[in-house]
Amino acid sequence: MTIPINWYLLVAAGLFSIGLYGVLSRRNAIGILMGIELMLNAVNINLIAFWRYLDPVRMTGQVFAIFVFTVAAAEVAVGLALVIAIYRNRDTIVIEEIDLLKE
Amino acid sequence: MQIIIFFLPQLVLLLSMVLVFGIDLVGSNEKKWLPYLALAGSVISLAISLYLFGWVEVTEQTVLGGMIAIDSFALFFQIFAALVAGIIILLSMEYMDERSSSKGEYYSFILLASFSISLLSVSADLIMIFIAFELLSISSYILTGFLRNDGKGSEAAIKYFLYGSIASAMMLYGMSLLYGTTASTNLGQIAQNLSGIDSSLRWVVYPALVLLMVGFGYKTVAVPFHQWSPDAYEGAPTPVTAFLAVGSIGGGFAILIRVMLTGLPDFQVDWVALISALSILSMTLGNLVAISQKNIKRMLAYSGIAQAGYILIGLVSWGGWQAGNVFDGLSGILIYLLVYLVANLGAFAVVIAVENKIGSNQISDYAGLIKRSPLLAGTMVVFLLSLIGIPGTGGFVGKLMVFGAAMNMEYYFLAVIAIINSVIAGFYYLNVIRYMFFQPLDEPAREKIQLTRSLSSVIVLTCAFTLLMGIFAQPFIQFVQASLGIVAN
Repeated sequence: MTIPINWYLLVAAGLFSIGLYGVLSRRNAIGILMGIELMLNAVNINLIAFWRYLDPVRMTGQVFAIFVFTVAAAEVAVGLALVIAIYRNRDTIVIEEIDLLKE
Repeated sequence: MQIIIFFLPQLVLLLSMVLVFGIDLVGSNEKKWLPYLALAGSVISLAISLYLFGWVEVTEQTVLGGMIAIDSFALFFQIFAALVAGIIILLSMEYMDERSSSKGEYYSFILLASFSISLLSVSADLIMIFIAFELLSISSYILTGFLRNDGKGSEAAIKYFLYGSIASAMMLYGMSLLYGTTASTNLGQIAQNLSGIDSSLRWVVYPALVLLMVGFGYKTVAVPFHQWSPDAYEGAPTPVTAFLAVGSIGGGFAILIRVMLTGLPDFQVDWVALISALSILSMTLGNLVAISQKNIKRMLAYSGIAQAGYILIGLVSWGGWQAGNVFDGLSGILIYLLVYLVANLGAFAVVIAVENKIGSNQISDYAGLIKRSPLLAGTMVVFLLSLIGIPGTGGFVGKLMVFGAAMNMEYYFLAVIAIINSVIAGFYYLNVIRYMFFQPLDEPAREKIQLTRSLSSVIVLTCAFTLLMGIFAQPFIQFVQASLGIVAN
């Protein structure tokens, strides 16, 4: 029995929604970063599933997925550096308390 | 071999970035001339792209397995990126000298960000678009938080970073859905596969379209994806704010136009509806919130949101390729981007000159600027009038072309809303002029403002071009009409 593509897509959609919920509900900057990672992993599951079922001859989907997690790593490196910078300046990484910039 | 010549403007930007970064690491002495090396790189890149534009026949094609598009539309943005890089470097010289000692990193990231604008404009494949998009985003985050010990700067950077990564994750999900419906990441191939698609699969493309617009909306600061921009603009170092306000938006429009026109032409009805809604929201909200701003960088941020709304009208009013059509939406966008570049960078040059002297960005501190520096106050009037769109300045030509395109395609409601909004916008721009000319000057602040050579050259040049584009618009309109060629497949 082969597993239909819908199963993968449902898992990916669920993971994406959980990530989005985490992003919107977390107060801690690190928590938000983890939510973003979940969203990106959902994208990777989608890409690999589509590649396997629709276009297994060419490598497009795989290559795309590799680029997604490589770039995500670079992005997180910058993000953590920014979190450290804000911690040094303000002694907090809770997003609601970072409120110097307001009209 | 002939193909490589089209990559020269980008290669020069990238090479000068590597050089600036590398030379900075050699030895421990401070190198005062590094900014000039970066400036030379962007000037050479500008010269090569102008040469390619005027003297080399461009055959529209995609190369490197369909990843890169070579067309006159991309060449226009090579010129745009090199111009932005050069002007931002000139704006940064005095400002960064006072605030940071790490020059090599700063100028190389300016060059890298400008390089990624031109990379974004040539991308013709979802993978390439994603990489260029992230390159531009990540270098912008670093530039925004560049002054590490400044609390406001780090706060701006982290807010920008969180918004940006969420937006790009959503855009990626849209891209994966688009890949799933068409089994291809190449824009031309996507368009081909979408044209014969059956109606049940169309329901997968709609969410993909919306998710893609989240990413592009964040780059072009369209409401409701604009929330990062006022905070990022206020907290970032002012030359970086100028970059975000002009360069980053230009890159966003380049890729938005290419994806919509070459990737999703069969869904034009749908994206026109989506983008016209974003455009109306951006114009109205941007202008209304700008009125109550007290900080000039925040005011320019909201005004930038409104300007993005006007530019989006051009994409809505795109009606296919027609010869002899003066009011074409796409040429409207390109000329608007050009006039917006000179006027906005000029306005930021004045803001930087004032900030260097008095260390404040409050609009109330612009009181009596005419007495302290007639040059600054006079040119600021030109820039602000151009942003309003008064005849005689470049802004009028841009608005005329974009609104004319909307009338041409019978989007009368968009044109009417845009014109009402331009009137509202006049209020807060003229408010700055009122402060500069008619507010009395405080006693201790009567010192004259001296300009450095780099700042005054930017101010004079941008002011000259703002007026030139308003009075002799014809050559500039011909220039953008020559840059409308976009690779179809």
